[in-house]
Amino acid sequence: MNDVKGAPTISRAAAMLSCIALLAGCAAAPSRDDPFEPMNRAAYAVHEVVDGNIVKPIAQAYVDYAPRLFQKGISNFFGNIDDLFSFINGVLQNKPEKAGHDLGRVITNTGFGLLGLIDIASEAGIPKGNEDFGQTFGYWGIPQGPYLFIPLLGPTTVRDGTGWVIRAYTTPIGYIPDVPTRNILWGIGYLNERAQALQAESILDQASLDRYTFLRRAYLQRRQYLVFDGAPPPPKDDDE
Amino acid sequence: MTIHAISIEAPVKRKGAMRALAGVRTAAGVLLLALAIPALAQEAPDALVKRVSQEALQIIKTDPKVQAGDQARIRDLIETKLTPHFDIDRMTALAAGRAYRSATPEQKKRLGEEFKTLLIRTYSSALNQYRDQTIDYKPLRADPNATDVIVRTEVQKAGGSPVQMDYSMQKGASGWKAYDVVVGGVSLVTNYRDEFNGTIQASGVDGLVKLLSDKNKGGAAK
Repeated sequence: MNDVKGAPTISRAAAMLSCIALLAGCAAAPSRDDPFEPMNRAAYAVHEVVDGNIVKPIAQAYVDYAPRLFQKGISNFFGNIDDLFSFINGVLQNKPEKAGHDLGRVITNTGFGLLGLIDIASEAGIPKGNEDFGQTFGYWGIPQGPYLFIPLLGPTTVRDGTGWVIRAYTTPIGYIPDVPTRNILWGIGYLNERAQALQAESILDQASLDRYTFLRRAYLQRRQYLVFDGAPPPPKDDDE
Repeated sequence: MTIHAISIEAPVKRKGAMRALAGVRTAAGVLLLALAIPALAQEAPDALVKRVSQEALQIIKTDPKVQAGDQARIRDLIETKLTPHFDIDRMTALAAGRAYRSATPEQKKRLGEEFKTLLIRTYSSALNQYRDQTIDYKPLRADPNATDVIVRTEVQKAGGSPVQMDYSMQKGASGWKAYDVVVGGVSLVTNYRDEFNGTIQASGVDGLVKLLSDKNKGGAAK
């Protein structure tokens, strides 16, 4: 990650991989949602090695040893950027009330909370949204497309991954002129994100028989729930 | 709402018991006992969820043996405090899908036992993860006569977005029991369906039982 296009490079690689998979994926069709399962499982195996040996220990050390206040500030700062995108996507989904809350949060926290380091808006009781581009596409009726597992980035789908790429290209972090500052922020943002997944991950470890399968179903269920704002249509059950 | 229905009912019954008390003491004792049992069984589903989850949280926070990771103690608490409130057979049937119907009673029993252990351990570890957080219990929106309801709760993390934790509950002969827990939109039972299907296809119900039992004995997931 050495310039603004650093982060998107990963997803370009992902896009390329999925093209390859399109050609190779016809061999087996194990799951409706995951036509590229063999490729995804290979990516997952790579992820386990790299994440388990390098990223996860760093994230764990960050959680254990970095000052709480520092972690809080970092999480608030990136949360503020999330709010900005939640606002944009609230508008794109024609949800004026939610979008209004998110805009209010961004203005409050950016203006009075040291560029988002302090989450004054939550103290003031303004609810935090969680809309993103993937959800907007879902709201517009675009299907999720095949499930993808990207090493170091985790589970996604063609639809959500596309949303992720749009965000990576448009996030304010990318417009910071000073390259070292920008790179440090990419890095810390990534660490923050990884650290926040540690808790859920330990539950996943306890719960799952096969982590790949469990994570896939959990991810897809979660996204479906978010697209429908917590009220997804009941799943089609063939039997009980 | 269900709570109201019960709170109106209870005093009437108690008044009956009072009259009996004035008469024959022993008869009153028996009567009170008889009244107490249905009252317990009729505990409203939301009240039940609140009581059981608070009890579990309380134990996780205060019991020294649990905090030290004493597996026998944890298992014992789970068996006595949590298991009675889950409809394990229904959960197993839902998760195992079609294969469950053709399984032998013996297979069903063993599968249920192992799945129960896994579920309850997962539930406790989730509660443990969220021990410092508060749980909000949403008012139950259901017909008083409903026999299948969703009890909604919200785990409030300090400074973060709340996580929805919903319990699907069904009323049976022995009161309300949960048959699914949905965390942040992720249904536990649905999640296991994929895992169970794959294993049953590859190595049958017995293979699944063995996999679960290995997992429960502490073998790490891969």
